[in-house]
Amino acid sequence: MNAVLAVIALVTVASAAVALSRRNLLHSILILAGSWAGVAVFYFWAGSQFLAFAQVLVYLGAISMAALFAVLLTRHSRDDVAGASSHQRAVYAILTGIAVAAVLLAAVARTPLTVRPSAPPPLSVRELGYTLMGSHAAALLVVGVLLTVALIGAVVLAAGDPPDPKEGEP
Amino acid sequence: MKPILSLLWLIPALPLAAAALGAVTPRSGRRRAAAAAIAAMAGSLILSVLALRAALLNPSAHLYLNFDWFTLGSATVRLGWLLDPVNGLMCVMVSLVGLLIFIFSLGYMDKDENFARFFCFLSLFAAAMLGVVVSNSLLLLFVSWELVGLASYLLIGFWFQRPAAAAAAKKAFITTRIGDLGFLLGLIWLYDSTGTLLLYDGGGGVLETHALGLLGAGGLPFGLAASTAIALLIFCGAAGKSGQFPLHVWLPDAMEGPTPVSALIHAATMVAAGVFLVARVFPLFEADQALRSVPLHALTVVAFIGAITALLGALIAVAQEDLKRVLAFSTVSQLGYMMLALGVGSWTAALFHLLTHAFFKALLFLAAGSVIHAAHHEQDIRRLGGLRGPMRLTFATFAVGMMALAGVPFVFSGFWSKEAILHAASQWDVSSVPLVAALAGVVLTAFYMTRLVCEVFLGHARSEESSHAHESPPVMTVPLVVLAFGAVALGFLGTPAWPWIQSRMTGQPVAAHSILEGGGLMALSIVLVALGIGAGAALYGLRPRTDSAAPDPLAASMPRVFAFLANRMKLDELYAATLGRLNSFLAALSDVLDRRLWDGAVRLLARLGQLTGSLDREADIRGLNAGFDAVSSGVRRAGRAYSGAQTGAAQGYLRALALAFVVLALIAMWGGGR
Amino acid sequence: MSPLQLCLAFSSVLFAVGLAGALARSNAILVLLGLELMLNAANLNFIAFWRYGPASTPATGVVFVLFSIAVAAAEAAVGLALVIALYRRQKNIRLPEATHLKG
Repeated sequence: MNAVLAVIALVTVASAAVALSRRNLLHSILILAGSWAGVAVFYFWAGSQFLAFAQVLVYLGAISMAALFAVLLTRHSRDDVAGASSHQRAVYAILTGIAVAAVLLAAVARTPLTVRPSAPPPLSVRELGYTLMGSHAAALLVVGVLLTVALIGAVVLAAGDPPDPKEGEP
Repeated sequence: MKPILSLLWLIPALPLAAAALGAVTPRSGRRRAAAAAIAAMAGSLILSVLALRAALLNPSAHLYLNFDWFTLGSATVRLGWLLDPVNGLMCVMVSLVGLLIFIFSLGYMDKDENFARFFCFLSLFAAAMLGVVVSNSLLLLFVSWELVGLASYLLIGFWFQRPAAAAAAKKAFITTRIGDLGFLLGLIWLYDSTGTLLLYDGGGGVLETHALGLLGAGGLPFGLAASTAIALLIFCGAAGKSGQFPLHVWLPDAMEGPTPVSALIHAATMVAAGVFLVARVFPLFEADQALRSVPLHALTVVAFIGAITALLGALIAVAQEDLKRVLAFSTVSQLGYMMLALGVGSWTAALFHLLTHAFFKALLFLAAGSVIHAAHHEQDIRRLGGLRGPMRLTFATFAVGMMALAGVPFVFSGFWSKEAILHAASQWDVSSVPLVAALAGVVLTAFYMTRLVCEVFLGHARSEESSHAHESPPVMTVPLVVLAFGAVALGFLGTPAWPWIQSRMTGQPVAAHSILEGGGLMALSIVLVALGIGAGAALYGLRPRTDSAAPDPLAASMPRVFAFLANRMKLDELYAATLGRLNSFLAALSDVLDRRLWDGAVRLLARLGQLTGSLDREADIRGLNAGFDAVSSGVRRAGRAYSGAQTGAAQGYLRALALAFVVLALIAMWGGGR
Repeated sequence: MSPLQLCLAFSSVLFAVGLAGALARSNAILVLLGLELMLNAANLNFIAFWRYGPASTPATGVVFVLFSIAVAAAEAAVGLALVIALYRRQKNIRLPEATHLKG
């Protein structure tokens, strides 16, 4: 059991790390997609197939597409010209990351977590559906509204201001 | 308790209401003001007659009605009113004479535009005078007394646009005020000694035996009694109002007022108030008679002052050229007679003379007013004359008044009242000075009145005005006739019926002797009267002067004496030189004190205030402002410092977040609670 | 090491990687993707506890993660729209240069 988990973890983390260090933006996004796929596999391994499905649909399907579009729309010149400051920033960033990871891992290690090996909790899609529409109906509706608003907002933001007749007028 | 006693307060209250009405009446409402005044006086007259009737039924009693006015701590101030034969008579006299004079004024003041105001003041005066008469409390009496003074000021200065009138009113007020100060001091002393100012209060009043015994015992230096001192202080007030020497100086000047005012105030009522006051508190004056070894009895002082005044007034009257001035000094002299009578112990004689004097002096003044009105306000007797023909009724009534005043025997009331005074003076065992002075006064009175009649009515008209004179309208002559009738009729009270009258007034049994006992004295006074009239007729009647500029026959023979008397014995000048100068000096001193000392002190305080203000301002600017400025700049600096942290770089924020999280997690794990 | 611990360690490391990436790169889109990675790591935590943690309502963990994914999607959409707007303004998408809210 642990071995599978270890493999999944390794793949995910590795692809994430690689993706975020690439120069080429398109490459970064594609490799990150692989990372997201790894997470989906993890969900699957953990026993929630529906969630794996959702992960693939949303992240791999929608978000990576959106990101690609954004990259293509904002292509201008060479990105990430490595300069002295960006090198310094990278070092600081990695140090911060290591600090956070250390703290979190320490926390994980120190907490006594008793776990009984057991089967994944039984959750059918039907039950999930009932829960979503039943006790979590309000949250679901709110999320629906949220998504609608986000959609409209994104459109408005991306569409920009109408062309001004004169220069300098608000 | 007789019902009239509880209505007694209406007697002064009705004219007071008329005065209040008159005060709010505009100039156009002259009829209304006059009607109210006359109606009120008529009402008072009716009530007075009823009161007199009630009083005479019970002559020895003093009926009174007292009530509490207010309480101050443990002391209660009580007021009240009183009814006895003296009161009743005075009420009737005041309201009757007042009513007649009011009616006379309808004619006399007809052309004056301030008609309504005149009647308002007249009513006020009548109310105040009646208040003096009916009150049982010296406090209430004093209040009314002061109101009388005020009304007199308003009436003397009625034509205030004339400087002489304004000055005369002021002089009257101030002179009587000096007397009133003594009066007030006496009242204070009295209240302090006895704890009450009521005259009769069921044994607790000031004029009742307990209080009198307290006051009559000698206790002051020289063995004097408190009652002597108090009585003399009260006498100051009486002397002021009644024009006794040395406070007589205002009375002649008061002739600046309209003639009805002179008649009412300075003949019949106000000047009589002083005499009335002494008569009212006579037991107080008498209280020290029991002490034998004191240097001074109160009544002695009164008698001597009265005698001096009687003689003084008569002497000055001889040399006066103004019609009203002669009558004014005559009044001073007659008031002196009344005080003399009081001083020698016969208050009944004094009051009798007061009554008769009221009638004939009012008559004389009103007749003089009639003359003045007819002669278009010509008052100098040198420029009058020959009015007997055109003004028959006025002449007749004036002659009646003159004869009453001079003391023509048997028919006229003045003779009987003067006889009573002379008789009382002859019975006085302290000194015969008053008697001699009184007798001298008799001659002089007869003389100057004859002179007056001759100069004004006999002979030929000596000026334009007097030649055009004609008789006055009935509204003015009818009161003259009524008063003339009174001047005669009252005399019968003094005939052999006098002892009976006297007993009625005092409530004591009929005195054994009759008035005819003083037969020798009576004969002497008749001779003196004849002497005076004869001399006057000889000098002025047989050869009446033909020229208004010709000197007086007396002036021709005794120029210096005549001039001295004509200048009123230079007393006014004396007062101006001494008291006037003193007063001016004190005023200047006060002025300097005020401007330098008090003003300086106030200015110093103001400076202090300014100083405090500027100190405050400096503290504010230097201290508070600077402090606040420092704080606000500090805040601004802090703000700028904080805004330096707002780099705008999102990644910087994220890094900070992450690091903070690390620190907090470390603290949570190893620092804080498990 | 129990499976749960391993899962948690996995999610912690993934979170740290995402954080480091978001801090290190200057391209706005990459920063957003780093953010997405962090969100994913959190979701992993939820599922780990859903799988191995004390038994409670069976659906809670999954529902939570579902909502988290939904919100992440919305946020990514808006964020990318912002990037486009930013690009319009300053002609590149270098995040360190976008300090218009400075002060």
